[in-house]
Amino acid sequence: MSYDKPKFHHPLLKKNKVGYIKTDYEGVISTLCAGCGHDSISGAIVQACYEISLEPHRLAKLSGIGCSSKTPTYFLSNSHGFNSVHGRMPSITTGANMANRDLIYLGVSGDGDTASIGMGQFVHAIRRNLNMVYIVMNNGCYGLTKGQDSATADFGSVSKAGSDNPYQAIDLAGLALELNATFVGRSFSGDKTQLVPMIKAAMAHPGFAFLDVISPCVTFNNNAGSTKSYSHVREHIESTSIFDFVPKEEEITIDYPEGESAELELFDGSKIQLSKLAPDWNPTDRFSAVNRLHASKARGQILTGLLYINTDSKDLHGKLNTVDKPLNKLTQEELCPGSEALEKVNASFR
Amino acid sequence: MKQEVVVNDLVIRFSNVNGTGSASANEMFAKSIFRMGIPVTPKNIFPSNIQGLPTWYEVRVSEKGYLGRRDGIDLLVGVNPQTLKRDINSIRPGGYFVYDSSKKLHEEYIRADINYIGIPMIQLAMEHYAKPRLQQLLKNIIYVGAVVTLLDIELEVVKQVIAEQFEKKPKLIPANYQALELGVNYVKENLEYPLNIRLKRIDAVGDSIMIDGNTACALGAIYAGATLMAWYPITPSTSVAKAFETYCKKMRIDAETGKKKYAFVQAEDELAAIGMVIGGNWNGARSFTATSGAGVSLMNEFIGLSYFAEIPVVLINVERGGPSTGMPTRTQQADIISSAYASHGDTKHVLLFPSTPAECFEHTVKCFDLADRLQTTIMLISDLDLGMNNHMSPPLKWDDSQKYDLGKVLSAEDLEEMTEPFGRYLDVDGDAIPYRTIPGTHPTLGSFFTRGTSHDEYAKYSELPEVYLRNVDRLAQKWDTAKTLVPAPEFYQEESKNSIGLIFFGTTVYAAVEAMMMLKEEGIQLDAMRVKAFPFHQEVEDFIAAHEQLIVVEQNRDAQFRTLLINELELNPARLLSVLNYDGTPITAHHITKHIKNQLTATV
Ligand SMILES: Cc1ncc(C[n+]2csc(CCOP(=O)(O)OP(=O)(O)O)c2C)c(N)n1
Ligand code: SF4
Ligand SMILES: [Mg+2]
Repeated sequence: MSYDKPKFHHPLLKKNKVGYIKTDYEGVISTLCAGCGHDSISGAIVQACYEISLEPHRLAKLSGIGCSSKTPTYFLSNSHGFNSVHGRMPSITTGANMANRDLIYLGVSGDGDTASIGMGQFVHAIRRNLNMVYIVMNNGCYGLTKGQDSATADFGSVSKAGSDNPYQAIDLAGLALELNATFVGRSFSGDKTQLVPMIKAAMAHPGFAFLDVISPCVTFNNNAGSTKSYSHVREHIESTSIFDFVPKEEEITIDYPEGESAELELFDGSKIQLSKLAPDWNPTDRFSAVNRLHASKARGQILTGLLYINTDSKDLHGKLNTVDKPLNKLTQEELCPGSEALEKVNASFR
Repeated sequence: MKQEVVVNDLVIRFSNVNGTGSASANEMFAKSIFRMGIPVTPKNIFPSNIQGLPTWYEVRVSEKGYLGRRDGIDLLVGVNPQTLKRDINSIRPGGYFVYDSSKKLHEEYIRADINYIGIPMIQLAMEHYAKPRLQQLLKNIIYVGAVVTLLDIELEVVKQVIAEQFEKKPKLIPANYQALELGVNYVKENLEYPLNIRLKRIDAVGDSIMIDGNTACALGAIYAGATLMAWYPITPSTSVAKAFETYCKKMRIDAETGKKKYAFVQAEDELAAIGMVIGGNWNGARSFTATSGAGVSLMNEFIGLSYFAEIPVVLINVERGGPSTGMPTRTQQADIISSAYASHGDTKHVLLFPSTPAECFEHTVKCFDLADRLQTTIMLISDLDLGMNNHMSPPLKWDDSQKYDLGKVLSAEDLEEMTEPFGRYLDVDGDAIPYRTIPGTHPTLGSFFTRGTSHDEYAKYSELPEVYLRNVDRLAQKWDTAKTLVPAPEFYQEESKNSIGLIFFGTTVYAAVEAMMMLKEEGIQLDAMRVKAFPFHQEVEDFIAAHEQLIVVEQNRDAQFRTLLINELELNPARLLSVLNYDGTPITAHHITKHIKNQLTATV
């Protein structure tokens, strides 16, 4: 069941540049477990979209199957949504994106949805540099089917039932880096200050923007010994940088200490402002990101923040050289070659 | 062995090794016959392999215009040592075996009841060409020259076809002409010619074209305005994709910018291919895929999503021999049940069955209109024989006044004018088809949540029994609407007047029509119907009701089409007999007549 939230508008709620208040970006009331990390990520998506003044109908939200994949009902009610089948969100998003290059595509998936059944589609969406934001709400387990270990569960992580995971984990951010994804970040559902600007930057990126967001499952994987529990993540988190996103035509307001600060201009004129916490890391140097990731992992730490960005990204439409006008807006006159051309085709087969 | 002269009625088979360039030589041979105004049917019988295995190319010539396969090979050109024995045994008594006499033919290959014609093919090639690859390629043209002369085919026509074939590489034309002459002259100088079986120019092909069904499907998709093709390579459907790309490059490039008015995406597998098609159609761009066999099996989950969430999909299924990997380069009509009821739960899908390349074109266009109108998966059920072989076909037709039917899609203005709230799955006018909106249409109106889970009229998740029932019962009602939109069957008589009715579909038509003529000559009269679509049109039911006994001819082991008729129309199985062909080769008229006669004597 889903419930419609009463839309109560406080007169003081501030309208953004396109005339929407924050609740306009919300969805129906969540039916996930109280305290589920996924709900915090939904909240971060709402906040990010409100703050960048996105017109909700300019975004399409898509997902696979799982608790995480249910979340698109809990944000952006004024956007078209598509809760598809398990592990196949990337292909549907690919088709949708081919049909209309002008919308923003936000894909939401789980670690089961992406790292197991949907692995093939995930890596191929990266390979094509599909212009989309791909968020994995990563809880190390299959929430919806009652807590089985997923492929992102760390080696040795203890399940609720008490057993050690004997398998090596698939690190989705590491994999995305390996596959040359053009934007890779990792964050934590409990760290909105980091997550919100990362979502904004991902939306501004013209290519595949991957966010691996650790999102604890309070019901099945928040026990002692689990490396995806709130307490474990809080104790072991570290970050590449302090990160902020500055939409185009907006002033940079935060002053970062000299020397460690960096500024990256994105395709649409917006900027990423960051203050590096890791001196040997450079956001546009993929090898430094890979090294940094491995170094943290070796120390049992979880590296978050922006890991890598390619500011020279060419998306699938660019690779295919399709027309600027969205394909779904081309008319019969523009598409049908007509009877005369067909007569010529016929003649060539006589 | 004097025989009477037979003109324009023969079957020629070329037995080759694949990867040796024989296919294009053989195709030029068939094309030359077509250019002489004589109906001709070439069939490529090839292995799932790139080099070194046997292939055959069979050409049936029929002045009467019978385009099915015919048993009994009149002349066989055998250049594949691996299959000599089998090839020689396949020739009808009194027929001809044309072989490479560069080496002597061994005793064991001699049959007393056929004629042997030796042409020193490789020897001639070696005498005239230095490079081994050239010797191999031009050997093929040498035998074409020899056979052309033996059968009295017009040499000028063959030369014209060769010139067109090498239009883009004109440097190759003189060498090919020379090889052709080598074959011609060898026959003229050493043998008696023409043979008793021979060809003569007539005017029996009218404005027909020679084209394969897959190319026609691809052109249909282009004419229907498809802008996204997502696919994964699989024989025999791959050439749909290839032709789509080839013709898009000619017909769909923006003149000003040179950019493409289409997206052509080779997916990572068939699941992704149909997923992309669903995403594209959901977002308002006509999208399609083409696949076969194992590919359709993989697409099942998504086909169910398309059915339940009501998203248009056009799927071209070029059937091949199953089950499993089966016979990937042989033909069958064995995906009938698995297509009609694809995916889990209660599902049914619209199928169209083209018989000719012209119909492949027309029906592919129709598939897009039906998919948008009915908001579900529409499958074009073709087969390897239709898809990959050239067929003599009526020309492809397009009427410029024809407008795409994009179905029930609401625009921003429509949404603003509405007085009632928009319900994505609300049947507002009784045809059981709801209105849909395309993402991005309106800032505040018309957004909805698409899902494969149970939903109410407003696309909200619900497992309430009454909500679920309203939805799935509406889908059943939509099926009744589909029945009124699909093509009606074709009949082969003005009105039904016999007690026995023959039913067939797809490529079986060629052999079935010929079989009916053969039976008629023997005094056996039948009425006949070619079904063009599932769900079954009212006229299909009427035809069945008008006949006591029905014979369903189809190309699979389990009589799947018969099962579908019995199941959907609640027929008494005893009324439906079967003629089946499922050895991987296209059905013949002889096969049909033989089995019909057996069935009739058994039931009388
Ligand atoms: C083809 C298929 N197989 C299995 C399932 C059952 N299933 C539903 S959700 C799920 C796992 C979801 O895990 P994850 O993506 O991590 O999401 P979470 O619930 O943890 O957020 C599975 C296996 C399904 N829906 N479809
Ligand atoms: S089961 Fe876990 S993942 Fe699912 S809603 Fe509950 S806490 Fe979240
Ligand atoms: Mg999970």
